[in-house]
Order: sequence, then C-alpha cells, then structure tokens
Amino acid sequence: MNDMNRAAVVNPALKQDLLTGFAVIGALFAALATAQIAGAPYLTSLIGRIAITSIAALSLSFLIGQAGLVSFGHAAPIGIGAYVALMLAAGGTTDLSIQLSAAFILAALIALITGPIALKTRGVTFIMLTLAFAQMFFYVASSLVSWGGDDGMALAQRSTLFGYQILRTDAMLAAFSIALLAVILLANTWMAHTRFGLVLKAMTENERRVAANGFEVNHFLLYAFVIAAGVAAVSGVLLANQANYVSPAYLNWHRSGELIVIVVLGGVGRLPGAVLASALVILFEEFLGHYTEYWKLGLGLTIVAIVLLRGRDLGAFFGVRNQGARP
Amino acid sequence: MNSSLVLLQLLNGLQLGMVLFLVAAGLTLVFGVMDFINLAHGVQYTLGAYLTAASTAYFANFGIGLIVGLASAAVLGYLLELLVFRVLTSRSHLEQVLGTFGVILIVTDAMKLIFGPAPISFSAPEALSGMVMLTPTLAYPLWRMLIILAGVGVALLLWLLVARTRIGMLVRAGSTDREIVDLMGVNIDRLFVLVFVFGALLAAFAGAMAGPLISVEPTMGDNIVILAFVVIVVGGIGSVRGAFFAAILIGVVDVLGRAFATTLLKSVIGASAATAAGPALASMLIYILMVLILMARPAGLFSASGAT
Repeated sequence: MNDMNRAAVVNPALKQDLLTGFAVIGALFAALATAQIAGAPYLTSLIGRIAITSIAALSLSFLIGQAGLVSFGHAAPIGIGAYVALMLAAGGTTDLSIQLSAAFILAALIALITGPIALKTRGVTFIMLTLAFAQMFFYVASSLVSWGGDDGMALAQRSTLFGYQILRTDAMLAAFSIALLAVILLANTWMAHTRFGLVLKAMTENERRVAANGFEVNHFLLYAFVIAAGVAAVSGVLLANQANYVSPAYLNWHRSGELIVIVVLGGVGRLPGAVLASALVILFEEFLGHYTEYWKLGLGLTIVAIVLLRGRDLGAFFGVRNQGARP
Repeated sequence: MNSSLVLLQLLNGLQLGMVLFLVAAGLTLVFGVMDFINLAHGVQYTLGAYLTAASTAYFANFGIGLIVGLASAAVLGYLLELLVFRVLTSRSHLEQVLGTFGVILIVTDAMKLIFGPAPISFSAPEALSGMVMLTPTLAYPLWRMLIILAGVGVALLLWLLVARTRIGMLVRAGSTDREIVDLMGVNIDRLFVLVFVFGALLAAFAGAMAGPLISVEPTMGDNIVILAFVVIVVGGIGSVRGAFFAAILIGVVDVLGRAFATTLLKSVIGASAATAAGPALASMLIYILMVLILMARPAGLFSASGAT
C-alpha cells in the first residue's frame, strides 16, 4: 500500500479521535492534579476508577467498533486479570511487569480457546456464546473456596513495579492507570490504522467480500478477540488494586452488560468516546448515588432518553455491522 | 439417590422448563418477527409477579388478583412498547440492547421504590398449596403440577395460534421475511404490538405462577431473562416449538445438575473437592450444553424458517 492510498483510507474521524484522545487524557490528569491540590481523596479514587473502567471499555470498543464483534462476556477477562493479581500477590509476586503480562497472556490464551468456538457464529448467537463462556468463569470463580468463594478475598498487597511501591496511594494508582490508558488508547488508535485494523473494518462493511479477497476472515477476528481479552485483563489487575479486593462479582453478566452500555453510549468505534462514557456512568453513579439509593432509575431514564432522542444520522453511524449482525 | 427422587427432580426440571418456556415464547416471537432484542423482557416476569402479589393481597382472592395483575402487567407492557420499544425496533441491535438495558434499570428501581428492596410475601392460594399423589407413595406439590399443566396448555394454545390461525400465519411469514409481509399489505407494526403484548402477558403469567415458589424481588427478572435467551438461541430464534423443547431441556438439565452433580462428583473426585466444584459445575451445565449444541447446530435445534 503506497502513501497516497494510505492517506486516502485514513478516516478523518480517527485523526479527530486522536486529538480528542489526547484532550481526554489531559483532562483526566488535570482533574487528578486538581483533586490532589484540593485535597479530595474521594475524587482521586473516583478518577482512578474512571481510568480503569475506561481501559476495559476501550478494549470492548475496539472489538465492537473495529471488528464488529459484540462480546457479552467481557467481564470474564477482567475478572481473570483480577484473580491473577489476587493469586500472584498472595504468593508474594507483586511486580506489575509480571502481573500484567501474566494476566494478559492468561486471558489471551483462554480467548484463544473460546474464540474459535464463538466465532463459528455471528450476531446474537455469538453474543450468547460469549455470555455462556463468561458465565462458566463466573461459576468457576465462585467455586474457588480457598480464594474466598462467593465472597471473594482481599488483595494481600498492592502491586509494585521493579521494587517500587508505585501504586502505594490512590493518587499514584490513578496516575498509573491514566498513563496506561493513554498507552492503550494510542495503541488502539494506531491499530485501527494498520492493515490489520483496516481489514477488520472492511469486514464490518462486507465480510463476504473481504473473504473473497483472500483474507482468512476468522483469523483476523480471532486476533481482535484475543487482544481485546488481554487488554481487559490488564484493567482487571488494576481493578483488583483499586478495590483492594477481588470477588466473583467482577465476572457477573451485569458487568458485561454495563460495558456494552458504556461503549454504545460513547459511540461505537469512537475510542475516546468510551473514556467519556465511562466517566459519565461512574460520575452519574457517584453523584446521584450520593443523594438517592435509586440512582439506577436516573441512569436508566437517561440511557433511554439518549437512545430515543438520538437522530437517525448518528444512529446510522452506530449501526456498525448492522446488517451483518442480523441473523 | 433413588428412582422416586430422580422422578421428583425430573418433574421439578419440567416445572422450571415450563416457566422458562412461558418467558421464552414471547421473546422468541418478538425476536423472530421484529428482529428486536428485548433484554427487558424479564421485567414483564417481575411485573407479573409483583402486580399479581399486590392485587392478590388487595382483593384477598388469588383468581381476581391474577387477572388484575396480568391485565395491568399487559397494559404496562403495551405502554413500554408504545413509548420505547416501537422506536427501538427500527434501530440497530446494539441500540436495542442499550435501550432495553435502560428499561431494566428503570423498572427494577421502580419496583424497589414502590415495594421495597426486600422480597415481598406471596404464597399460592390455600386450596392449591397441597400435594397430589402421583402414585400411592409419591406426593408432588399441586402448585408445581399446575405450572407444568399450564405450560403445556399454553404451548398447545400457541401451537394452535401459530399453526392454525391467520395471525399465526402472518407471524410465521413475518419471521421468515418481514419486508415481504410488509409489502404484501400487512400492517406489520400492528402485528408486532399484538405479538409483543401477548408475549408480555405470557412472561407476566410465568412470574405470577413462579412467584410463590421463589422470592419476589426487584431483580428476579434478571436471571430468568438470561436463561430465556439461552433457551431461544438453543431452540432456534423465532421458533416456538424450539423454545418449548429447549426450555424443557434447559430446565431438566439445570435441576438435575443442581440435585445430583455434587453427589455424582463425590464418587469421582472425593467429598471435599466435590463440595466445592459440584455447585459450580451444576450452574455451568446449561452453558456447557448450550455451547455444545451451538457448535453442532449454530442455528439452534429448530431453525426459525418455517417454524411453528
């Protein structure tokens, strides 16, 4: 592919996304700095949560937007990452370089096994198969009696990096999470521009035509599925650190549903949108939850209102793989 | 583990299967005809249980309570269709998931707000809460028996409606090719409302019947709707017959797994390991089954085209 062609296929919206991405990351750092200066530890931990959720949402956003694969089981790799952190920390292995790579590799390997089975199907059957696998891991986690069973277990100690207690305070954890989020956001945006990303995108337009051009369609989709699982597991390691606790609730299907909601709210395929929507949902929960325990009623009303009021044009934009996803 | 225990558990499985079928029937029809993913179908089940429980308590009569409860659940279902789902049917599947997820949040919290977060009390009418003697030595709860009979009755009724009436023919045609039916001058939107409200009614009925057996709480619809989706995907989307057999299969496997998995495992891997792994394996069983079935038949047991 020569430069002219390349320039022609680059989506201007993606350049826009890159700029928005930097702005979003900058805003998160600025918010963190403000919270630190103002001495608001509560806000600090909130920002950490937003960054961690964003990483998970970003990986799902890539999967749904770029590859057109709606996984309803994305809580599974997150939970796997959290349990990897729990188990390694209990064994005294707290180094993030080991924890993050172990979580990434384990979740990726598992996705390498479940992926080909789920990818035999598309649309709703794919959604249900990913849900089925996630439910299996949910019940496996509940049965780990020595790791707290249904109740879960507290993390032995927070992770370190090359001997430094880099996550010692919530502010450090938040800063590290935002930095990691920035790396992943850049990597995902870059991936969308590579041949790999473009082939995936082409498949969301017309999978059969891409296959007819000689591409092994399922290999590409499997790579995307595996990478997304690995990145989600990374967020799981951070989540375990943030909460200082790991429980099967991380693998609950409601979590998977919430992540889909965040991705769709943010705009499918708009990677920074996933970050913004994560922030929106978490802030909504915190601030409305502050006034009433019925905050989900407000969130539900907001979601329904957004969906109903959204114009047809944006709707068409959201209809990624709309035709292909229909059975 | 003796034979009468196995028989009782089989009946329990059948009873769970009938509840699942009542929920899944509406879901599969709406999905089949309108290509509409309704995650919020479970709220009809929740509404059916709550409204029937509340009106039974108010009228002090289960019969009237059931009718009032189901009628009001159907009206609420119609309102939801009118206000939200009608718009969503023309949107992408993802937006449907988003919108109906929002509806789940709203209804769940509304129930919590009105009836409180704790389970409310709801028991079967005195006259129907006894036991029936299946054999001279084997008794089975009458209420569960009634659920099985009601489920089979509804299945027969649905089969008649879908296979033998004009509306049923349109539903079948709509699930095969919606556009063609639309082009042939059928008001597919009105058909959808009909199918939707009927499906909502069945799910509410399932909730009302299952209410006395389980705890009536705001999140009761969440798990049932996931199981109902498992049922319709295994059965083949759009197929009522598929939903019926898949519901029985899922119900029986789930109940038998929960009843016997731990015991069976004990003989294989030892008591302590089995106590830990048994319940997990039992819960996983239906998902394993689903994966196996879909690997062999990705379109489900009964393909939707020409389904009855």
